[in-house]
Amino acid sequence: MSAPAAGAAKRVLAKGNEAICHGAIAAGCRFYYGYPITPQNDIPEYMAAHMAEHGGAFLQAESEVATINMILGTSSTGNRVMTSSSGPGISLMQEGLSFMVGSQLPAVIVNISRSGPGLGGIAPSQGDYFQATKVAGHGDAHLICLAPHSVQEMYSLTMLAFDLADKYRNPAMILGDAIIGQMKEPYDPVPYVPAVPDKPWALTGARGRAARHIKSMFLKDGEIEVHNWKLRDKFRKIREEEVRFEPYMLDGAKIGIVAFGTAARVAKTSIQSARKEGIEVGMLRPITLFPFPEEQVRDMASGVQKVLVVEMNTGQMVEDVRRSTPHHERIHFFGKPCAVPTPDEILEQIRLLAGRKG
Amino acid sequence: MKQVFDRPRTLLDARFHYCPGCHHGTIHRIIAETLDRMELRENTIGIAPVGCAVMLYDYMDIDILEAPHGRAPALATGIKRSLPDRVVFTYQGDGDLASIGMGEIVHAANRGENITVVFVNNTTYGMTGGQMAPTTLLGQKTTTSPFGRDFRTEGYPIRMAELLAGLEGVAYSTRVTVSSPAHIRKAKEAIRKGFEMQLKGMGFSIIEVLSTCPTNWGMKPLDAQKRVLGEMAEYFPLGVFKERKQADFA
Repeated sequence: MSAPAAGAAKRVLAKGNEAICHGAIAAGCRFYYGYPITPQNDIPEYMAAHMAEHGGAFLQAESEVATINMILGTSSTGNRVMTSSSGPGISLMQEGLSFMVGSQLPAVIVNISRSGPGLGGIAPSQGDYFQATKVAGHGDAHLICLAPHSVQEMYSLTMLAFDLADKYRNPAMILGDAIIGQMKEPYDPVPYVPAVPDKPWALTGARGRAARHIKSMFLKDGEIEVHNWKLRDKFRKIREEEVRFEPYMLDGAKIGIVAFGTAARVAKTSIQSARKEGIEVGMLRPITLFPFPEEQVRDMASGVQKVLVVEMNTGQMVEDVRRSTPHHERIHFFGKPCAVPTPDEILEQIRLLAGRKG
Repeated sequence: MKQVFDRPRTLLDARFHYCPGCHHGTIHRIIAETLDRMELRENTIGIAPVGCAVMLYDYMDIDILEAPHGRAPALATGIKRSLPDRVVFTYQGDGDLASIGMGEIVHAANRGENITVVFVNNTTYGMTGGQMAPTTLLGQKTTTSPFGRDFRTEGYPIRMAELLAGLEGVAYSTRVTVSSPAHIRKAKEAIRKGFEMQLKGMGFSIIEVLSTCPTNWGMKPLDAQKRVLGEMAEYFPLGVFKERKQADFA
């Protein structure tokens, strides 16, 4: 189906991957380049069918290395541009992402992550957390990273990702997984006006103005250090102003879960069941993984007796939880690498922490 | 008094950082003159490579994007797809284009990407200190082929202009040099044709320029010119390998 107009009254039944495409088109993205990899192929297939009708272009690149550099090229002209991939493909894009951070170029990169390391498997996983949140390729570089946990958020966070990428002139990543990508549920095409700033840096040909250069190399004495501090200031501002999170049933909670994406979605069901059993449990769900909601995790951890971090990996975000709070003894971890935990499995962990028998 | 010769408008009044006898300065000037004559300066976006020419933006008064090593054709694709009415060219060396960027150049050429590529082949990695390139001649000593390139271990020098001419998407593929005034005139003609192909929307064009690196070759500039016209031109013949005519372009 064609992308619904933002603000349309009717709810839309769509797969998560499709909702990302709808969000991107509503955000004014007219260029998409990508390379096939499971489990995100619905995205390039949708864009191949629909970019032209919106006056844009789709191109299947020869590799993810070429893809990210085509993204870099289109971004340099000031146009909104997106790609999507999964684990191994995102790894191949790291060089280009570092160049984009260094060159201060915006774009949206979607990672519908799969199991790793290596070829791993196509099962859903959150094993790319470190890669998505700690560094963009080489150098002192970060991505803005958003983690949707519903088809609704696949739509709306994609639009937000474009706005944040443009606002900060930095690539932004949507970190999903096979479940959130393939899951079908209704979403509201919420009213939205793209926040596209002026781009006085865009390369369009030096007609009637001074020539512009976009580069990441700074060889003159001290230049690269100045550039690094400038980027640090930008990332600091992002940390201060762009944290997003959802507090879920945290009132009076004695156990606080921290989970993102699909794991958080499942945990909501477990929390509802536990509450029915009289266990006071809630959740703080990071929506932005970079910037990580450090203060919110700190405050929550100081108000509960136990913190349960649930991830679909062997323990990555739990490190960010640890550095956010001094109460390390309260932190417990439940991981399901390369698989989705069932509501019962998380409920079992909650019961154990509450001192209930299973 | 009538002025008959001056610095092209597109060429900035800056001192080249290139070594004595290096051809980058000459090739820069040819591109600048061509953009001036075709009145393209304000409509052009250039891609600077990784290599000695990375600071192209210090010498040319046009919009320029700096590429990761070898990726210039992918960047150019991203620019041309979003701004099809702008003129887009890449400037790449042999390590950049024929080694690490082999995938990007072949696929851009095969797509018939409507861009112009200026390929500077000096048979070595200049900026990193004279290592072996994919175009290094057999027997040529470099810092990473200290006993001379041997086909049994390092394979053969790649003839890129011929290789790309074999692809359907290529409109124009030629090899020139700038080692004498006569050759410079021919090179100028080739680069003009490369941009013309793009303006006519005829597809991908590549102008390979055999060029010197006296510093890393350990040669005096004049001897380096002789090497280009001697053993280099012998292995990498000058000429046109493909030229699409308007008539055969559907």
